[in-house]
Amino acid sequence: MPKSTSPETTAPSGARPELFIGTAGPGVKKTDPILVADNVTRTFGGMTAVDVAHVEIPRGAITALIGPNGAGKTTLFNLLTGFDRPTTGTWQFDGISLAGMPAYKVARTGMVRTFQLTKALGLLSVLENMRLGATKQGGEHFFTALISSLWRKREKEITAQAMELLARFKLDSKAGDYAASLSGGQRKLLEMARALMTVPRLVMLDEPMAGVNPALTQSLLGHILNLKTEGMTVLFVEHDMHMVQTIADWVIVMAEGKIVAEGYPDEVMRDTAVIDAYLGAHHDTDLGSLTGQLEVAKELGDEFLVSEISDEIQEEPKNGK
Amino acid sequence: MDLSFLWLALGQIISPQTIAYALAALGLAVCFGFTGLINFGQAGFMAVGGYAFAITSVHFHWAFGWSVLASIAGAVIFAFILGIPTLRLRADYLAIVTIAAAEIVRYTVKTPNIAPVTGGTDGINGSSHAFDAFNPIPVGRYGFGVLTYDQDDLWIILVGIAVTAVAALFVWQLMRSPWGRIVKGIREDEDAVRALGKNVYWYKMQALIIGGVLAALANIINIIPTSLQPDNYGTQTTFFLFTIMLLGGATTVLGPLVGSIIFWVVLSLADGILSLGVQYHWLPITQLQQGPIRFVLVGIALMLLIIFRPQGILGKKREAYFGA
Repeated sequence: MPKSTSPETTAPSGARPELFIGTAGPGVKKTDPILVADNVTRTFGGMTAVDVAHVEIPRGAITALIGPNGAGKTTLFNLLTGFDRPTTGTWQFDGISLAGMPAYKVARTGMVRTFQLTKALGLLSVLENMRLGATKQGGEHFFTALISSLWRKREKEITAQAMELLARFKLDSKAGDYAASLSGGQRKLLEMARALMTVPRLVMLDEPMAGVNPALTQSLLGHILNLKTEGMTVLFVEHDMHMVQTIADWVIVMAEGKIVAEGYPDEVMRDTAVIDAYLGAHHDTDLGSLTGQLEVAKELGDEFLVSEISDEIQEEPKNGK
Repeated sequence: MDLSFLWLALGQIISPQTIAYALAALGLAVCFGFTGLINFGQAGFMAVGGYAFAITSVHFHWAFGWSVLASIAGAVIFAFILGIPTLRLRADYLAIVTIAAAEIVRYTVKTPNIAPVTGGTDGINGSSHAFDAFNPIPVGRYGFGVLTYDQDDLWIILVGIAVTAVAALFVWQLMRSPWGRIVKGIREDEDAVRALGKNVYWYKMQALIIGGVLAALANIINIIPTSLQPDNYGTQTTFFLFTIMLLGGATTVLGPLVGSIIFWVVLSLADGILSLGVQYHWLPITQLQQGPIRFVLVGIALMLLIIFRPQGILGKKREAYFGA
């Protein structure tokens, strides 16, 4: 169960909770942060993939982490959850320092993650997938495992918990099937449900909407909003702007490894730094047309490309007929 | 025409060799079939366990029980040596390290400098005394025809079957427990399991240890009625074990046992039929070629198996390890 629910989440909807102190901007202090990271950097050879001076994730809210491809969002996710080791940096989850902690221990503190490429355990049944997420199952120890009576009772509780979650995610009819038989969207749901089996306080979703059809998107959004209602904090990476605007309470924008902007969704979307970083300076240029490409080529200062495209533009009418 | 080879082939069903390979293949199934560790060093585990047993019992005159414990300890230590550096890495590294380590063991024990202890290329004889001392079966000959056993043969067969049965129950219980769920999860995707708060590294280590200990016990059963020969623990033994495991079904408990029986019975039958073929000039081969040809057939069988029935005889189609 979540340890504490901040007053913001229980505030009546409509009145926007004040999440931060001072003026919004990269690394702004939060009224009640659940995760605080300082000076987290990760270099691959000479390339700096992540360079975050300071960031705080507000408790009890849904925070979106956005940014263009290669901005370092997933790398930051991997660092924070122990799946990758940072070059430098410290971070605390609810006061527990997680730097240098292996991934499985991070998960045990109540900070659970999902993956961009869904990791359903294909040759385990859906129910077994769910049970795997459960905590405090003594039968996971080698010697205890040998005596069924020592773990059967807890297994029943786990199964009940799993079936309840599966029912909520409308996967209960699939409980006995191999996870491999699920559709892509159902696997996303299963992965999220499985993560909830650990009873987390912070849920980190890496591109929950990637590859999900529009019909399922709505239900996934609902599930994510539900997490907040239940007192959990959500941090997710997403490309879908519509989704970010619909459900996020707070948006953090990354570009080239750094946090370039932070703020409420509607305000961040108006920020020119964000528009440039995320959508690119040419977001309203039609790259499908040669004139659009010419414009970009000119700005890049690539003369060869400019002349190539110009030639093509001149030839086009002839080819068209 | 001498058809006694049919009886000999039938006798393979309960031969100590069949039992030993069944047990070692069961250990391999724990590593490979259930946990997904590509352990190509099962022969190395057999060798380590066998030498620990034979050296302590023949040279140090340890009691049987202590020698068995030494064998188990040897396998555990070997698992740690192989596992600590490689289990954090991708699965392929374990494959490379285990296959190399098994060869290192084989060449090391053959070194003349330590031959007084390991017996060099001759191996070690006579490790059965301590075991046979417990034999409650009256002296005599049992069975019929070519299938007659003396009291010591019968004793190792009975003990071997009992040990294998207990091991099979042990693995079956483990794999239906939450422990088994975790290792099967690791086989599917270890990062997903890690993200759920399970110490993946330690589970992989435990699986490697269990697989190794079963191989060590298997080799005790194997060497008691015969002797310990270093060249029996080359890579071909590992691949026999893989054939046996895949034949029966890598993700099943009974698969390796059934696989071992079929493997040795078929090998024995093939030997008998080939030697008849040579004797009556049905086949254009000599007696010298007969032995290797059996193993060519094993190779072909393994290929056909993986292509047409990857899940093995007892496995479920949808659990095919090599499936798409």
